[in-house]
Amino acid sequence: MLAIKNLSAQVNGKQILNGINLEVKAGEVHAIMGPNGSGKSTLASVLAGREEFEVTDGTVEYLGKNLLELEPDERAREGIFLAFQYPVEIPGVSTINFMKTAVNQVREHRGLETLDAVSFLGLMKEKMKLVEIDQSLLNRSLNEGFSGGEKKRNEIFQMAMLEPKLAILDETDSGLDIDALKIVANGVNKLRSKNNAIIVVTHYQRLLNYIVPDFVHVLYKGKIVKSGGKELALELEAKGYDWIKSEVEVA
Amino acid sequence: MSKDNQILEEFTSREYEHGWTSDIEMESAPKGLNEDIIRFISAKKNEPDWLLEWRLKAYRQWTKMVEPKWPNVTYPEINYQDIIYYAAPKQKATPKSLEDVDPELLKTFERLGISLTEQKRLTGVAVDAVLDSVSVATTFKEKLAELGIIFCSFSEAVREHPELVKKYLGSVVPMNDNYFAALNSAVFSDGSFCYIPKGVRCPMELSTYFRINAANTGQFERTLIVADEGSYVSYLEGCTAPQRDENQLHAAVVEIYAMKDAHVKYSTVQNWYPGDKEGKGGIYNFVTKRALCAGENSKVSWTQVETGSAITWKYPSCILKGDNSSGEFYSVAVTNNYQQADTGTKMIHIGRNTKSRIVSKGISAGHSQNSYRGQVHVLKRAENARNFSQCDSLLMGNTCGAHTFPYIDVENNSARVEHEATTSKIGEDQIFYCLQRGIDEESAVALIVNGYAKEVLNQLPMEFAVEAQKLLALTLEGSVG
Amino acid sequence: MTNASVHSELLDLLTEAVLVQNELRTEAMQVFRKLGLPGNKNEEYKHTPITRALEKGLQLRASFVTGGALPNEDQWKISGLNAYHAVLLNGSLLPEKSFLPSQVTAMPMSKASANLQHVKDNMGTYADFRNDAFAAWNTAAWSDGVYLEIPEAVKLDKPIVIYYLHDSQAGQVKSVTRNLVISGRNSEAAIIEKWCTTGSNTVISNTLSEIVLHESARLNHVVLQSDTDAHIQYLFNQFWQHSGSFLNSHVITLDGGFIRNNTRVALDGENCESHLYGLYLLHKNIIADNHTVVDHRKPNSYSNELYKGILEDQAKGVFNGKIFVRPDAQKTNAFQSNRNILLSDKATINTKPQLEIWADDVKCSHGCTTGQLDEEALFYLRSRGINKDTARAMMLYAFASELLDTVNDAELKNYLDALVSERLHKNF
Repeated sequence: MLAIKNLSAQVNGKQILNGINLEVKAGEVHAIMGPNGSGKSTLASVLAGREEFEVTDGTVEYLGKNLLELEPDERAREGIFLAFQYPVEIPGVSTINFMKTAVNQVREHRGLETLDAVSFLGLMKEKMKLVEIDQSLLNRSLNEGFSGGEKKRNEIFQMAMLEPKLAILDETDSGLDIDALKIVANGVNKLRSKNNAIIVVTHYQRLLNYIVPDFVHVLYKGKIVKSGGKELALELEAKGYDWIKSEVEVA
Repeated sequence: MSKDNQILEEFTSREYEHGWTSDIEMESAPKGLNEDIIRFISAKKNEPDWLLEWRLKAYRQWTKMVEPKWPNVTYPEINYQDIIYYAAPKQKATPKSLEDVDPELLKTFERLGISLTEQKRLTGVAVDAVLDSVSVATTFKEKLAELGIIFCSFSEAVREHPELVKKYLGSVVPMNDNYFAALNSAVFSDGSFCYIPKGVRCPMELSTYFRINAANTGQFERTLIVADEGSYVSYLEGCTAPQRDENQLHAAVVEIYAMKDAHVKYSTVQNWYPGDKEGKGGIYNFVTKRALCAGENSKVSWTQVETGSAITWKYPSCILKGDNSSGEFYSVAVTNNYQQADTGTKMIHIGRNTKSRIVSKGISAGHSQNSYRGQVHVLKRAENARNFSQCDSLLMGNTCGAHTFPYIDVENNSARVEHEATTSKIGEDQIFYCLQRGIDEESAVALIVNGYAKEVLNQLPMEFAVEAQKLLALTLEGSVG
Repeated sequence: MTNASVHSELLDLLTEAVLVQNELRTEAMQVFRKLGLPGNKNEEYKHTPITRALEKGLQLRASFVTGGALPNEDQWKISGLNAYHAVLLNGSLLPEKSFLPSQVTAMPMSKASANLQHVKDNMGTYADFRNDAFAAWNTAAWSDGVYLEIPEAVKLDKPIVIYYLHDSQAGQVKSVTRNLVISGRNSEAAIIEKWCTTGSNTVISNTLSEIVLHESARLNHVVLQSDTDAHIQYLFNQFWQHSGSFLNSHVITLDGGFIRNNTRVALDGENCESHLYGLYLLHKNIIADNHTVVDHRKPNSYSNELYKGILEDQAKGVFNGKIFVRPDAQKTNAFQSNRNILLSDKATINTKPQLEIWADDVKCSHGCTTGQLDEEALFYLRSRGINKDTARAMMLYAFASELLDTVNDAELKNYLDALVSERLHKNF
């Protein structure tokens, strides 16, 4: 589904990614871990097409297409979903109105009929249950005045609505208490299938207790320095990132 | 950054869609202004002597006044002798019913989405259609009459209800109030008149649709709304004009007189031709709108969505004279290309416990200049006056300007007056968030702008709110970043 | 006498015995004559009848007195403040009475402008005199003032106070003074201005300072107005900030006759920071007007303005605050707030906060409120057993102290604190 080869990127002239290689197949869940400043969120942003990041080298192939050539909204319509670490507030625009616009533009792109108000509401009600989100929240301005947990649940709700092929969860666990974390993880797990893939970007192992990855990669100084199964996450948790750092320095 | 600019550029360059003209046989006064022209207009309308005298008096005062220079707008000198002050579609006789109205006229309004024929009328909205200087038709008149509501053209009101017109004409906006009001008082040609009797809640939206068609013609309509004790009415006003290279002058007056416990809601969707991308042509919209909350507990709300006109100079105001009366002003003003707007409100607190609320949202794009100018004045005897004002500006690109000029004058120590203003731009992160959900750039900007203006759009009646939303998106198309 | 002839006599009186000896003064005089004194139609003086105050306060047929006697120090000196000082009497600097730090270049303005080329060159280039009659009058007619240059990297240990003393016992006084302050790169200084009048004849003072902050200079500037009602004052401080400079400006108005302050800041470099604070406690029938302009001319700078006022008796306050953000000044952060409390039903306040923005990537806001004391808070204090008058005084003091807290110099702060406490307590 996704093949990242030797990907390098910089922001404001500062090199952040230094030759990343990663292959993700349908049905897989990959976790990307690493200390602060290792480039985790940059990788998520580059895949979603954020403009301040300049790709200096490498290729990204997504479903047979050159991903880096696509505009951010085209990527979204092709099935890439980014759950933001800091979801953006848009005053005066309700989540419902926002999602209706998005869902219908995505459906149009996929050659499906756009949804009328009734079927849209039906779909929405169904997906709301997944993340135990209340409709009154969705009637309010997008993310405005939402608590941290509400914002993250809203992200997963949107993921459910848009049915992406590749979902990238950027630090989705940050700022969540354990109950909210379970709800969010539970929502994600229900959306897991053999047809889609998920990349979980996280600093802590905690989230991976609930969203169990097939592969774990450790990012350090813009490079994947270690890959393994889910047990690698536990090892990291036990030994801390200094272990990786020293291992890298030695090598 | 440059990408963003490109989005804004694309987004803000669509064309004005009501720029066409209709081929209607017209009858006009010769160019220029003097007492004979005023006599001509008055005679054309078979007006009583008192009204002619009133006009002449206004004219004489006008000749002694000077055009105001304080608004934050610039335009070449207007030659008042180069304007036609009266133009009307030629009709054989006054139409008795819609069947007698020239089909070409009906078609003109049809094309604007305003159907005047029985079967296609907007349900729940009564319309007075004004083309250039005269009212063409008024719908639902009989139905409203059953409730005692008078809704007709101004000329008809002068004929049929002279006592009401005589009593209230100029009672809120005196003939010499300002330069443009004086000019209007001298040459006003038609407009709408509305009277809601005591205790009556008007069951439908009343609306006037103004259309300028003739070239080189000024439009000077006058609207007078009298809401008797305990009555309620919601009034809408819409307007468009053809695309022409020369500027045209529109100097209207709206007066609202609200008695005890009356509530009047006045909404405007102003879409006069704004001129082209280079700033050529467009309407000079110099309008005086004022409400007098004369009675206790009376309430007047102004809502305006201003997207058109080359220049807008307009301050819908409330004089809160009755104790416990309240005034509201909700405004979205969008300027693009070379448009200039200097608009806002005045809330004059005279009575006790008077309240006012101002919400103004300005959006500037292209090379436009957008100014909010407002006054909150609490007079000495206005015990416990309250005001809250919120004036926000959104800038799209850095070739435009946003200006805020609030005047706050408080002479009573029990007043509480609060004013807040912010200036911001559409966040790149907001656009990116929308894009990441698969929404294209143009829709993203429209979504964000409509969200920004929502508090005001919510005040509009449903049918108009949808219209206004589309208009906002349309006006901003092609705005330069 | 007609208004017009009064007006023209007044103009003659104000420009009496003025020697117009150079191009700048000649031009300024023409501007002054052309503009005339502002009437109420003038937007900048709409609520500020300064011309009427002059007509009332000055005797048209009498000349101004010059010279005068220096009053006792305890009448004018800021007590408890360890500082350098410059003393002017009726518009002339008295070098022998002044005590200025050795690290700075200081001299009477009359001397500096005659001898120093860069002073001649800079004069009038910062403060706009072409659109304001009083600024024009000052530029044409100033007689003396202080020239101060704080050299690069010099950090002064004590503030410099400029005392403007006026003796009007023998007759009416006109005092037109002009200062130029140059804060060199990385320098640090504090300047305080204070006025003191003896005598009951009218004093018209016009003080204009051009204050330039070079790269990374830091300046604390305090205006302290606590004079008698014989004093009609026009004050214009024009600050000009270069990159990385930092300005703290305070304008504190406690007493006087008629006061018009123009405080203007041009942020003409990146990463500048400006804080403008104002506190006006107005009573009796004082009219005090603060006009401020914050002009963002370059990107990435920050300005914050807070003006607060308490008005009682028949006092009248005017606040007009303009923020300009020019097209180049992207990433500007500019904030402004004006809060007023009216204590009497005869006091009035006219405020006009004004934003003019031509750049899109900026954060700007202004807010203003006018009201009374918060009844809830008042009730809360009373419910704890504090009597009404004390509770009111406490709350008024709290309102004012937000501003006093921003004064850096501890000794000056103590002095101001005592003045403010006295004012706010004695009336309750």
